Parts: sequence; C-alpha cells; structure tokens
Amino acid sequence: MSADTSTDAAAPRLKRTPLYDEHRALGARLVEFSGWEMPVQYSGILEEHRAVRERAGLFDVCHMGEFHIEGPGALDFLQGLVPNNVARLADGQALYTQICNEQAGTLDDLLIYRLADARYMAVVNAGTMESDWAWFTKQAAGHADMTLSNDSDTTGLIALQGPRALEILQPLTATELGAIAYYHFAEGTVAGVSCLISRTGYTGEDGFELYCASGDVVTLWRALLEAGAPHGLIPAGLGARDTLRLEAGYCLYGHELNEQISPLEAGLGWSVKLEKGHDVIGREALLAQKQQGLPRKLVGIELRDRGVPRADYVILRDGKPIGALTSGTVGPTLGKAIGMGYVSPENAAPGTEIAIDIRGKAVPAAIVPLPFYKRAK
Amino acid sequence: MAKTDQPDDLRYAETHEWVRVDGDEATIGISDYAQDELGDVVYLDLPWDASGSRDFKAGERFGDIESVKATSELFIPVSGALIAVNNTLQSTPELVNSQPYGDGWMLRVRLSDPAEVAKLMDAAAYTEFLKTAGH
Repeated sequence: MSADTSTDAAAPRLKRTPLYDEHRALGARLVEFSGWEMPVQYSGILEEHRAVRERAGLFDVCHMGEFHIEGPGALDFLQGLVPNNVARLADGQALYTQICNEQAGTLDDLLIYRLADARYMAVVNAGTMESDWAWFTKQAAGHADMTLSNDSDTTGLIALQGPRALEILQPLTATELGAIAYYHFAEGTVAGVSCLISRTGYTGEDGFELYCASGDVVTLWRALLEAGAPHGLIPAGLGARDTLRLEAGYCLYGHELNEQISPLEAGLGWSVKLEKGHDVIGREALLAQKQQGLPRKLVGIELRDRGVPRADYVILRDGKPIGALTSGTVGPTLGKAIGMGYVSPENAAPGTEIAIDIRGKAVPAAIVPLPFYKRAK
Repeated sequence: MAKTDQPDDLRYAETHEWVRVDGDEATIGISDYAQDELGDVVYLDLPWDASGSRDFKAGERFGDIESVKATSELFIPVSGALIAVNNTLQSTPELVNSQPYGDGWMLRVRLSDPAEVAKLMDAAAYTEFLKTAGH
C-alpha cells in the first residue's frame, strides 16, 4: 500500500493550538494543515460526521485568524476591501464575504462581525492568515481614522455543531440562545468563560462558534465535552469538517477558491454587492464578468458508478476534458460519491451527463445541483 | 502511533500488505497498521472478475483502496495466479477496517514462486519496521 496523501506524523515546527494536549489525550490522529498540527480524526471520520448530522460534534478551530478593525474609518475601509455590503450589518450581526485582487481573484473568504459601531472583527482562514494580514495592512495605508490589530494568537475558537448544539450549550450560559438568529451573535459567558457566541458554522447543521481568549479555550472545551456527552456529543476533526462542508456545498479556500477564481465563478454572487454605493477592490473585473458572462462555473457532480472522485481529477464530456474537480469524497450522509469542480457555463446545467477520469478510467457521472445536502428546518 | 496488531502466522511487505500461506496458496490483505492509517475505507477497486485469468508478479499493483480521506495503491507481495477475489468487499469495504486479517482479506493466489514468501518480513521484523521507519 502506498498513500497518495501523506498522513505521516507532523513535523515539529508546526504551530499548535491551546487544545493540542487535549487532542493527544483524546487519541486524535494529528496531521499538518496550513502550517498547524491539527486533529484530522478522533474516533473516525464517518462516526464523527454522523454525530454532527444526528447529534453534535465539537471542533477545534483555533487555527483560524482574527483581525480587529476599529475607529470611525473602519466601515469605509471594509467597504473598499470586500464585495459584500458591510454597511447593512447591525450590531450583533455577521456576514460572509471575500477579499479579491484587482482581477477579481479570491485572496480569501472570511466572516465579518459588527461588534459595535466602528468596531469590527474579521475571521480569516489559517493558511492565508499571514498574507491576509499583509493585504489588510497594505490597503489600510491612507486610512488614518482606524486601527488594525491581528489577534489571531490570543483568540481561541471552538465550533459546536449539530441539531443538539443549542440544548447542550444553553445550560452553560445565561444568554438566551434561541434569540440569536443565524449569522448573528451575542457576547456572554459560557461555563465561566467570556465568549462571543456566534450562530454560524461550516457543517450544514445548526450550531454555534464560540470565540474566547486563548487562555480560556481548554476550560471551555472540557466544559462543552462534559455537558454534551449525555447528548452524544463527540470531538470531531478536520476530516469530518471536510465531508460535512462538502455535502453542504460550502467552498474551501485553496480548493473551490483561489487567486485565479472569482467569487462569481464560485457561485457566491449572492454575497457580491456591487451596487452598494462604494468602490471595492476587484469591482471592475467583477462587473466585467457579470456583463460578459463567466468563463467557468462551480458545479456539483455525482458519480453514476462506483468510485471516489477526488480533487484534480479531470471532468470529461463525450470523452473530452471540460474541467477538473476541486473536491470530492463519498458523502457519508448521502451515501453517494460527490464532488465539486469547474466547467464552462454550457457544460454546467444540472443533468448534463459527464464522466470523471479516475486513474485512466472514465467513470460515468452527472452534473447535479448544489448543495448536495440541506438540513430539514 | 496507535497500537496495532501483527499476527505471528503472517508475512508482511514494506508496502503494508500481508500474506498468509496455506500449501501452495496464499491469501493477501492489508495490515492493521495500514487500515488504521487509511481510516474509514469506503471503496476498493480490485480485479473483481479476473479469477483464473490473471497472473501477478511480485510487486505488481493489484488495485486501489479508497478511504474517506485518501486513495492508496495496493501491491501484491508474491507472484501467482489469481484464484479468488473477496467480492464481499464490494458491498462492505469497512471489513478491511474491522477485520483486516479476517473477512477483510482481498485476494487469493496460487503461488508460482513459493520461495518469495521467505523474503517478506515476519511479524517481529514488521513490528520493528513500523517503529524504525518513523511510523
């Protein structure tokens, strides 16, 4: 046997989250991810995936980056930086957006929280945190009435995801969780720890993301695991996080998004608000794509025969290459081999019969609508 | 690494396949270590319909194994003519995880060069290999 994907023990120079010792004690398999030594699985990806869909899972996402943008000029700065309309946020509300270069290529995708008037927090991906920070500081030149701070090292983040998340979390906090709508948040105390309690996630399930001081992460993690155990909560790693987000049709930076791909191509047009009345980096290129049509579109695919689609496999139509996959797996909840990838718009219609080149074999497949999985409300 | 099991009655290849010899026949699968490294197995591509019609040379690739997270190639440690393929793995690939040395077997061959078996590692040598190879 020879694995294509290295699962070797992580090199010693990798960064570790405050929960590293907890993961070791829980028997996690640790792998390198974006420069971090992170748990890919504890009990097994399928079991963790199922727990999140049916009960709840707990994820260490401390590797994500957090920037604070504060001052009277903060809103103007952010409006020029991201294509979504930050001005529509009320206090206690968050939005999903991207940062783009002038060519409309995506430098990262991120969340922006409005903490208060003229106080915002941006949450960025671990693998792009350093380049994002360089981009933020470069673009901030000339904005004298605001300050930027990179608080990634002092901010912890735990995601509690699954249909039982609310009933697990509620006994640990006086904050009325039912009053926090999707993509909203409240500041409160959870198990004695000061937290920003955000009703967001990356799994396709209901759930919360809890931001706190790095020094409090272990306390919070242990309290959540203990409170959740009677409800079937288990720790879940990056492996389940990936299969969950893929079933839910969410983009993963470095796969569905990169510096050559625009948010419009990635199907994120709902978050691109070019009519917001503020210039934004990449606006001309995004407008041109809107007017002239997209060169390619993100699509979902499903195999009609047995096999497992993976990132970089070639998509065929009538035997000819028409694109490539950016992600693929066997969706544990769906029991189907699914993937996402890019094809030109004329090949993007759901129902289009295609094939995936799996190690030289053309395996029949079809274009299907995204997302693959949507939870019953 | 997690504690894994290496039964004494088997021989092992550096690519983590095992061989169980019975007369001039050999059964082949992957080790407990290998299945643990792969994680949940979801699909195998084996020569399902090739029994009686295929000769393998030692070291030849005989299929692929897919877990949720990765794809790996499978190599046969000994030369021989294919007698049987474990067709139950088509519907229950997870047997490779739960019973790597039992119902998770993959191929059975008639050995064409039984002397090759002695060149493979015994359980003690394989256990040592797993330690020293940095696993």
